[in-house]
Amino acid sequence: MNGGFYLLPPSASDAAARYDILMLAEFLLTGFVALAVAFLIVYFSVRYRRDSGADRSAAPVRGRRLEIAWTVIPLLLFLCAFAWAAYDYAQLHRERPDATPVFVVAKQWMWKLEHTNGRREIDELHLPLGQPVRLVMTSQDVIHSFYVPAFRIKQDVVPGRYTTISFTPTEAGEFHLFCAEYCGTEHAAMRGRVVVMRPDQFAAWLQQGNASEGMAARGFELYRRYGCSGCHEAQSSVHAPDLHGLLGRTVHLQDGRTLVADEAYVRDSVLLPKKDVVAGYEPIMPSFAGQIGEEDLLAIIEYLRSTGGGDARTGH
Amino acid sequence: MHARVTEQAGGDYLSDGYSLRSWLTTRDHKRIAWLYLVSITAFFFVGGAAATLIRIELATPQGDLVSSDTYNRLFTAHGVIMVWLFLIPSIPSALGNFLMPMMIGARDLAFPRLNLASWYFYLCGGIFTLAALIAGGVDTGWTFYTPFSTMFSNSHVILAITGVFIVGFSSILTGLNFIVTVHTMRAPGMTWFRLPLFVWANYATSVILVLATPVLAMTLLLLAAERLLHVGIFDPALGGDPLLFQHLFWFYSHPAVYIMVLPAMGVASEIIPCFARKHVFGYRFMAYAILGIATIGFLVWGHHMFVSGQSVYASMVFSILSFLVAIPSAIKVFNWTATLYKGRITFSAPMLYALGFVGLFTIGGLTGLVLASLALDVHLTDTYFVIAHFHYIMVGGSVMAYFGGLHFWWPKMTGRMYPEMWGRAAAVLIFFGFNLTFFPQYLLGYGGMPRRYHSYPPEFQVLNILSSAGAAILAAGYLLPLGYLLWSLFYGKRAGPNPWHATGLEWQTASPPPRRNFEATPTVTREAYMYDPVTGRESPQ
Ligand code: HEM
Ligand SMILES: [Cu+2]
Repeated sequence: MNGGFYLLPPSASDAAARYDILMLAEFLLTGFVALAVAFLIVYFSVRYRRDSGADRSAAPVRGRRLEIAWTVIPLLLFLCAFAWAAYDYAQLHRERPDATPVFVVAKQWMWKLEHTNGRREIDELHLPLGQPVRLVMTSQDVIHSFYVPAFRIKQDVVPGRYTTISFTPTEAGEFHLFCAEYCGTEHAAMRGRVVVMRPDQFAAWLQQGNASEGMAARGFELYRRYGCSGCHEAQSSVHAPDLHGLLGRTVHLQDGRTLVADEAYVRDSVLLPKKDVVAGYEPIMPSFAGQIGEEDLLAIIEYLRSTGGGDARTGH
Repeated sequence: MHARVTEQAGGDYLSDGYSLRSWLTTRDHKRIAWLYLVSITAFFFVGGAAATLIRIELATPQGDLVSSDTYNRLFTAHGVIMVWLFLIPSIPSALGNFLMPMMIGARDLAFPRLNLASWYFYLCGGIFTLAALIAGGVDTGWTFYTPFSTMFSNSHVILAITGVFIVGFSSILTGLNFIVTVHTMRAPGMTWFRLPLFVWANYATSVILVLATPVLAMTLLLLAAERLLHVGIFDPALGGDPLLFQHLFWFYSHPAVYIMVLPAMGVASEIIPCFARKHVFGYRFMAYAILGIATIGFLVWGHHMFVSGQSVYASMVFSILSFLVAIPSAIKVFNWTATLYKGRITFSAPMLYALGFVGLFTIGGLTGLVLASLALDVHLTDTYFVIAHFHYIMVGGSVMAYFGGLHFWWPKMTGRMYPEMWGRAAAVLIFFGFNLTFFPQYLLGYGGMPRRYHSYPPEFQVLNILSSAGAAILAAGYLLPLGYLLWSLFYGKRAGPNPWHATGLEWQTASPPPRRNFEATPTVTREAYMYDPVTGRESPQ
């Protein structure tokens, strides 16, 4: 797909296929309106030009019915377009328990990616064809935006929070990866490529390269090193929640809220422990802000995921 | 409405003193309008020069003309100048200042000194912004997103936002002045539903200016506090929230889009009836649509943030409201079109600009619907599709209307006619150049080219070259009026009080108008737009 001129970008994810149909529908709708308006303007301009002999008597200055019609009909059409587009958008943010997570850390000006087995890449993302992925992303400095036109996906990558996006690649090949949120001097150079491979090739690829022990194993080590296990292990004397199988579990909070534990929740619990206090526990956990970096946090999350639970989705 | 037009004994407002001092200390709204006109035009060409450099750079995929840093400073300069120093003040402060009092039969604005002060605020803010440029520029983009602008950019952010902050006061004061003027200074008989739509539009714009601009001022103060004192408001490293800035920023800047486009709608609503010799179709609906746009326009800011990480439900609310705000805009397009029906149409230069405005605004608005559609926005936001969309609305819409208005009221302002053929040629050239510049950008955006890129993959080059070629034509189109309008000041035919046989109050006095606008305060007995398409004259009753 590199080089050459193309009008329409390749359509290489499940989202892309759906969005293209929606785009076509809206293109036809808006195109029709634009042409109708243009036609009427040109037609009236010719027919009622000053020197034409057209009949101008009883020229209307208002028309209630007409005005109501051209208010209500667009309204209905717009509501349809809204619903359709909103539905597709919700799909993008739907939790997919079967999706493999890939962790993304953005910084000026590169993309750092890590697969669950610990294989890392920079400015390149290898993915297996036809298998859902879920990107869990954060930034080390400014706001960036992860954009793959061929997948029709884009999601800002915001420092201080995790944003996620899920999709399934549907076509093998190489595709552009762009940073779409202006992020400073080399913003335009913060590009990379996404390589979608057949699953067997991908599996082979995943095993090559830096043979680290895997994210979860690294996370486990960090979990002990930072002292998380001291309180959260079952045999601990401190009254702290057991974190086994936490991801995907429903958590009841002291103030009556409930939420489903996801990566962002874990992150907030580590860095801002007072924000979401679990029901039945004292808010005694210290904040680790400034001590645990984003990449370590991601590894710890991956360790927690490996302990099972409703959202256990990976082997390692 | 037939105030008799007699030659002025006391002379017109232009001959009310010739020294520079008499201009810089004037309290006459018409002269202040000129102060704005001249300074706004100057900024327009500075911003245009930046655009030209941007487009030359983008003619090739490699970033070979300027460095990436320079490029970032160029599009920031272009954006900051065009938004705050051109688009926001252009129609209200220049044309509005000149026309609002005359259109309602008043002698001046309610607070003439405040009006002059507004201009000084504008100029002062503009100078700060220019100083930031000369000192080396700013590289944040006109949106100043945090934490880039607070903690990472090492360019002249503080200087630039000081400029924008000061310009904001100009907006607020002008807005206040207009609101009070419309409420208290209408001539006898000038009821609300006899107001010309241009007055309605500027009135609604003023309300937005007064309500929204303080939020911008506050946001910029917070930004400055964070940058200088490292308080943790927006930067997560300090415990702040980067999205908070975006919410605050767009809470001003989305309504700001309507600040740019409502007055443009007002201009079109004056020109089209005049040259179609028709009463504007559905006057009341048009007025209500203005109010509807101004109101709902406050509630849609989150549509700039669909991929920012805000909640899915928030995005849905902002999306549906964005579709709703499109309805009154659509109504206006349909009404202008219907105004042409059974008209007696002449294609003078202002009319060509106004029709061009309707066409470009329609395309910009329709592509706005595409962007309001959540799923599509995910793909299109922050690409050239957005660049094309807002240039269609703001440049195709507002600038086209501004030029139309300038041509329409030029004879009133100067007492001279410009060469009609040149006026039409420029309108056509601008329309053509504009489409060639910006239509390819829709395709680029759908193809996936991100905005604010100084180099890009080679497959985007063909469309970029088309766009750059269009920009050259467009630039020529924008330079032409500068030439023939200046020419007309010295050699143009005398216009007489009402060269277009228009029915607005402002045409019932001499051109250029006398110092106090009217010989005697006019009494209004009928609606605006009393044109008769059968005879092509004013309608008899
Ligand atoms: C010859 C005419 C013009 C050309 C060729 C042009 C070109 C461009 C380009 C290429 C960009 C995108 C820069 C980027 O994101 O990389 C841009 C941005 C922008 N333009 Fe223009 N422009 C023109 C006229 C105008 C005018 C007349 C206005 C307003 C009255 C305007 C307002 C803006 C604004 C607000 C931005 C956003 C700046 C930003 O991204 O920070 N432009 N323009
Ligand atoms: Cu980036």
